[in-house]
Amino acid sequence: MSTMLLQALADGVFTGAIIALGAIGVSFTLQIMRFANFAHSEFLTWGAYLTLALVTVFGIGEPLGILTFGWGLLIAAALAAVLTGLAAWGLDRLVFARLRRSGAQPLVLVFAAFGAALVMRHIVVLIWGHDSYFYSRELQMAMLVPPGIRIMPDQVFILALAFAVMIVLHLFLTYSRTGIAMRAMAESPGLAQACGVRVESVVRTTWVICGGLAALAGVFTGLTPQLHPEIGFNLLLALFAAAIFGGAGSLPGAVIGGLMVGIAENLFLLVVPPGYKPAMPFVLLLAVLLFRPDGLFGEKR
Amino acid sequence: MIGLSSYLVFFVCVVLALSLLTLGLNLQWGSTGLFNAGVAGFYAIGGYTHAILTAAPAPQYLGNFGLPWIVGVVGAMAVTALAALLIGLLTIRLRGDFLAIATFGIAILIQLVTLNLEPLTGGSQGLTRIAKPMSSVFSDPLSYNLFYLGLMAVVVGGVYLALERILASPWGRVLRAIREDETAAVALGKSAIRFRLEAFVLGSTLMGLAGAMYVGFIGFVSPFDFLPILTFQVWAMLIVGGSGNNRGALLGTLVVWAIWAASGIFVSKVVPPAHAAQGAAVQVILIGLVLVLMLLFRPRGLIGERPMVSRHLGR
Repeated sequence: MSTMLLQALADGVFTGAIIALGAIGVSFTLQIMRFANFAHSEFLTWGAYLTLALVTVFGIGEPLGILTFGWGLLIAAALAAVLTGLAAWGLDRLVFARLRRSGAQPLVLVFAAFGAALVMRHIVVLIWGHDSYFYSRELQMAMLVPPGIRIMPDQVFILALAFAVMIVLHLFLTYSRTGIAMRAMAESPGLAQACGVRVESVVRTTWVICGGLAALAGVFTGLTPQLHPEIGFNLLLALFAAAIFGGAGSLPGAVIGGLMVGIAENLFLLVVPPGYKPAMPFVLLLAVLLFRPDGLFGEKR
Repeated sequence: MIGLSSYLVFFVCVVLALSLLTLGLNLQWGSTGLFNAGVAGFYAIGGYTHAILTAAPAPQYLGNFGLPWIVGVVGAMAVTALAALLIGLLTIRLRGDFLAIATFGIAILIQLVTLNLEPLTGGSQGLTRIAKPMSSVFSDPLSYNLFYLGLMAVVVGGVYLALERILASPWGRVLRAIREDETAAVALGKSAIRFRLEAFVLGSTLMGLAGAMYVGFIGFVSPFDFLPILTFQVWAMLIVGGSGNNRGALLGTLVVWAIWAASGIFVSKVVPPAHAAQGAAVQVILIGLVLVLMLLFRPRGLIGERPMVSRHLGR
């Protein structure tokens, strides 16, 4: 029994790290752009499929050691992250920025995000259909870690990479001028502008970072083990739960929120029939909204 | 010719059922400013309650009571109202976008229940043999569908008139006051929470009625009639027609469903069956584009809300 519990914890940390990568973007859009971006989950999907397109053309590379993929996939994922980041910024220019300029209320941006999400997801269906795809056909044996937990080498690698990305982002937000400007905008847009923060450039950086991180989360989800057009949409509630749990605009909040959601999801699975798994992030989300709507690390609004 | 007229009757019946959803959403969003992103969930509660109450008895199911149609309709509305009250008590205090996320999640939860609670809902198989009112009177399906169309038209007309009446009443004015400026409405002594909850429950009850009417017409129910995409479609209908205006809601339902149905027919003629998924994707992309373009270029909708000025201001 304790092995099952530990296994659930290990699986939870792994999915949690991926959720955290996606939730960082949701959290920043909530705080800096001031709306709930329902299209964010589609950045995960686009990142995953752009990577698929790139590795289909250029190959996945010689497998690195015991991993199922090689440098080809890592370079493709990095490129896809940049492209998805630019696509996110493009979506803002095309839709959200226009709505902001026309003085639309924030909830109108939420509808627009709904519409954009539909279009983005079904563009993927249009190109790839509903079939499942794999980046690699290599089969991987799980490593047995004492006291009897099974872990895939891919998972360990992804976990390390996810945390490395989060640390780099943390350093960027703490020390770079743009990072400080982003935090200033999150805290008080009016005051930040009065201090000479260039809103346009902060908006652009925010979208590129949010889209890029989401794309990586999408690739990591696709690696374990497959891609399908709902890969991002199925995580939508988990992303919101993690972002709100951690408190909008907080990087450590989103990371801890993501881990909590991942672990809670896997622990719930020990007691709840698997058919209800997709509802778990929502139950957690409802609890957070009811008892601590500003999140663990968020500021009262 | 028979084919076309029976298709048209079918089309109008579906539009009428959906327009009850749009009217309910218009009460919640158009009049009160509540972002309900779980329309499909309330529609499903109504549809399933109706099915469980009226479907022909079957030993493997807990429900299937085989009760008369009207009991199903009233029961569907009552159960949806109760569910909306419970959900509303939990979520109505949330700020706008958080209410959207919460109701979106509730719709997914409801869909999971319909898929997994097999003894009651029939799981992914759904429930069949649902009572059709007065079906023994009519000899052929077309005249029966015409009868049902008339029945639905009476229901939708009655709901429309009732909504127009209550929105012009002091109760309706309070809703709009809360939507425009909650602080001012509260300062004038109105309980914003209570009025929002009332509008939420009433609008959701209409969605439950829509579910019962639809399932009563189709004669079966399955989880795939209540996918999240339906919520998006109903939102597109309201925004295209013009939120805040009940006639806009009706017009939007007709226009968006016509676009959906016409593009579906076009796709099925042009796209080979092997690529049916891609064809369906084109349909959804079209609805998404309509929603976004409408928001960008005509946010009022086709017929938007009429500006309202108090008659006490004089001219």
